[in-house]
Amino acid sequence: MPGFRQARWNEPLLNEMSRPGRVGTSVAADPYIKGKFRNPASLVPPAMRRKDIPLPELSELQVLRHFNRLSQMNYSVELGMYPLGSCTMKYNPKVSEAIAATDYMRQAHPLQPEETVQGILSVFYELQQFLCEVTGMSSFSLSTAAGAQGEFAGVLIMRKFHGVHGARQRDEILVPDSAHGTNPASAAMAGFKVVKVPSDSSGQVRASAVEELTSDRTAGMMFTVPNTLGLFESEVAEVCRAVHDAGGLMYYDGANMNAMLGRARPGDMGFDVVHLNLHKTFATPHGGGGPGAGPVGVTKSLSEYLPVPVVSRGKQGYSLDYGLKRSIGPLKGFVGNSAVLLRAYAYIRLLGGSGLTDVSSLAVLAANYLWKSLDQDAFPASHGRELRRKHEAVVSVKSELPGSAMTVAKAILDYGMHSPTVYFPLIVREALMIEPTESEPLEMLDEYAAALNSVYKSVTEGKTEFPNNTSVGRVDEVKASHPMTLKVRW
Amino acid sequence: MKGKHAHPLLPNSDESFVSAMLKKVGAASVDELFSDVPPGLRFRGKLRIPEASPEYFLRRELLTKLSANRTPPATLCFLGGGVWPHYIPAAVDSITSRQEFYTSYTPYQPEISQGMLQALFEFQSLMCDLLGMQACNSSLYDWASAAGEAVRMAGRVTGRKKALVGANVGPGRRKVIETYAEPMGIKTETIGYDTTEGTLDPADLRRKLTDEVACVYFENPNYFGVVEEGAEELTKAVHSRGGLAVVGVDPISLSLVREPGAYGSDIVVGEGQPLGIPMNYGGPHLGLFGVNDIKLARSMPGRLIGLTTAAADPAQKAFAMVLQSREQHIRREAATSNVCTNQSLMALAAASYLSLLGKNGFRTLGETVISNAHFAAERLAKVKGVKSPHFEGHFFKEFVVSYARARSRSVFKRMAKAGVLAGYPLERESGIGAEAGLYCVTEVHTKDDIERLAGALEAAL
Repeated sequence: MPGFRQARWNEPLLNEMSRPGRVGTSVAADPYIKGKFRNPASLVPPAMRRKDIPLPELSELQVLRHFNRLSQMNYSVELGMYPLGSCTMKYNPKVSEAIAATDYMRQAHPLQPEETVQGILSVFYELQQFLCEVTGMSSFSLSTAAGAQGEFAGVLIMRKFHGVHGARQRDEILVPDSAHGTNPASAAMAGFKVVKVPSDSSGQVRASAVEELTSDRTAGMMFTVPNTLGLFESEVAEVCRAVHDAGGLMYYDGANMNAMLGRARPGDMGFDVVHLNLHKTFATPHGGGGPGAGPVGVTKSLSEYLPVPVVSRGKQGYSLDYGLKRSIGPLKGFVGNSAVLLRAYAYIRLLGGSGLTDVSSLAVLAANYLWKSLDQDAFPASHGRELRRKHEAVVSVKSELPGSAMTVAKAILDYGMHSPTVYFPLIVREALMIEPTESEPLEMLDEYAAALNSVYKSVTEGKTEFPNNTSVGRVDEVKASHPMTLKVRW
Repeated sequence: MKGKHAHPLLPNSDESFVSAMLKKVGAASVDELFSDVPPGLRFRGKLRIPEASPEYFLRRELLTKLSANRTPPATLCFLGGGVWPHYIPAAVDSITSRQEFYTSYTPYQPEISQGMLQALFEFQSLMCDLLGMQACNSSLYDWASAAGEAVRMAGRVTGRKKALVGANVGPGRRKVIETYAEPMGIKTETIGYDTTEGTLDPADLRRKLTDEVACVYFENPNYFGVVEEGAEELTKAVHSRGGLAVVGVDPISLSLVREPGAYGSDIVVGEGQPLGIPMNYGGPHLGLFGVNDIKLARSMPGRLIGLTTAAADPAQKAFAMVLQSREQHIRREAATSNVCTNQSLMALAAASYLSLLGKNGFRTLGETVISNAHFAAERLAKVKGVKSPHFEGHFFKEFVVSYARARSRSVFKRMAKAGVLAGYPLERESGIGAEAGLYCVTEVHTKDDIERLAGALEAAL
């Protein structure tokens, strides 16, 4: 029996705790200047003056207790295993935090003259080179804020490329049916029509299927390798060739790059554009949903299309280059998610070139090990039982009971372990998508497999009343889906 | 993998673990696990990345490298433009560095993630109150991309293909809006501003307003720091032609300046960075996004957290992600946006920050900021050869200073050399027709700092 109990505080909302006459921090104010302005609010024109600011009133300790209690009702990587498939919830080294905490970083303003930020620019320049090396691309822009924004940049590059080459009629992007939802969403945002490519019974995309769907309207294809089933796409080179032959460009969704470091590079496979999720593969904290960083890399012939800025190096030192001739433009207000980039750089240096290769080797070994440790009758592989997994494994929950994958997911929470991703990819029924990462010690993988196996027994006995050891029981998500519940009413 | 040393990040790298695991997997070697990669595609070289660095050497090397950055406290920073120097109470960092928040992810399993969900729900509530909106999402990447999403949303909601954007909007944000809007077939057109006041020209807006206009986007205070006194007139004009009013804000200004919901804004975006988030050379920051009509919530981009109950106990409050059918993981190409990973941690920082300052602290902050900024503008006015402030409109914490005879770019660089970051050059992007720089003064600046700024400017002219 699981011995886990998550804290439960019944913590009120901030506004419920508020009492007039309290404040949680002191505000700096130069006494000399303060004395000169008796009624500062009158500096705002009367028609534009704020009447009331309905913020809570709490002491510093009250605020800290509130959020510390909330934190105790939140599961995280540093508490236990968090094998959300496709999210690469690996451990994030503490030294990266210590480095990023310096005022030389925190207090750097993005509009400072470049000669006053040579330190961070030199780090970015090197990071661009590292990412090129890992992916086999020729240049990188670090400016995009997350994977989805990197994807958006990538498809905009394709669009601009075809526009420049007089092929505006190319308005279709091929996306496999196993792809992340962000792929079709990004393509649609860039104005493309999405053409779905079916995967075959082994879970892979065949070049012949791609050939059938290409035409002079094909702008390109977004392809995730290894795919969301955790399988290496064995015809990736042929797929690239088929799309290139049709005049399209190939986009590599780097969400699953944690399987490939030092083993295979998208550039060598034939891809033209790549994005990486630094918060996944390069170990920056996920922050409860973000921030991330989603740099975009391209081959030499596309280097002028990258989103600006990119960091370049000249006689005067490092600088931000906004002058790329065919750039798709900027997608973010300032530079990039710089503090995330710095942490990713630190991670790369902690491991070094061969260490990165070990990361992928051990991540793949862990995924295969965990998969093989599962009860194979209870959790049959969705596709290709005989194939090796890469960074993650997707299994079905064998059950006649609808919602059984969700029941498994809720039941595993009671062990103090996070559930795998559920019901994704969409092409797998009752799917569990398990990505242990290289961070978990062998014993933890054993424990997790044992927990899943034992949970399955309860599920087949028809038990659905999970979870019981978390701070709340099963949440009514239907009731929540009414927009009137989006904020507190005072 | 043979003969590997143990590594702090790789608990299974030792040969004994590797061989035990391989045995279970039924493979002779780790390489065999990659045998599905066609031989021609296998990377056989060595990654040209330096070998692993011990923690101490890396820390020493990187801190040495970063110390080449010129930053406060040794250097003074009077830069703004969408990222602003403000003090972050120590308690904010204490909260955001709680690893339970910090190393979690999107709360897909609400039962075990109530802490982050409640914190994000409280962030949404605080934002609704601060912006005067009916619904706010739990974050987008930053102000510029939020503005881009807002213009796209206006296009979706109205079915129209034109956006009017103030010429006194941040030039960087103008470009990002274009990058976001153009693929949707939305054309952007600029509305001019009054070159004396610095505020938008309502006559030019009326001239360009047609039934094709999906939205007008303006900022308040605008890029020049000037409060748009006629904001209500602008939103009324847009509404009269069936378009939406989208307003961008610096949330600190809302301590004294009216909330956009009170003057007719339909969508508010903004930069949450000054709410307890470091400038960090450009990010991660916090894109704010809210709507003034609950019906518009279904067209919003980004994650939304809602208040609900436990299924078995209607008295037990609980939180969950809601209206997910708008989002990419469900709706794919028909989603309202492709956003997945957002800036939740920054939303947590902002919620902590606003709770700490509270009603009175936040107002005091606004009063301090506006006083310091006016004190500085008056002080700089005494420097020979400058006009400070350049515009006559009311301002909050930023203002433009123009130079009679000097080049703004060289003034900027010379002051930086003297240890004062101030006067971001404006002439190229904003067409103000004078050599001028943007100055930002907040609660972090003292009288002495402002004297040093005045001295540096005088010497740089």
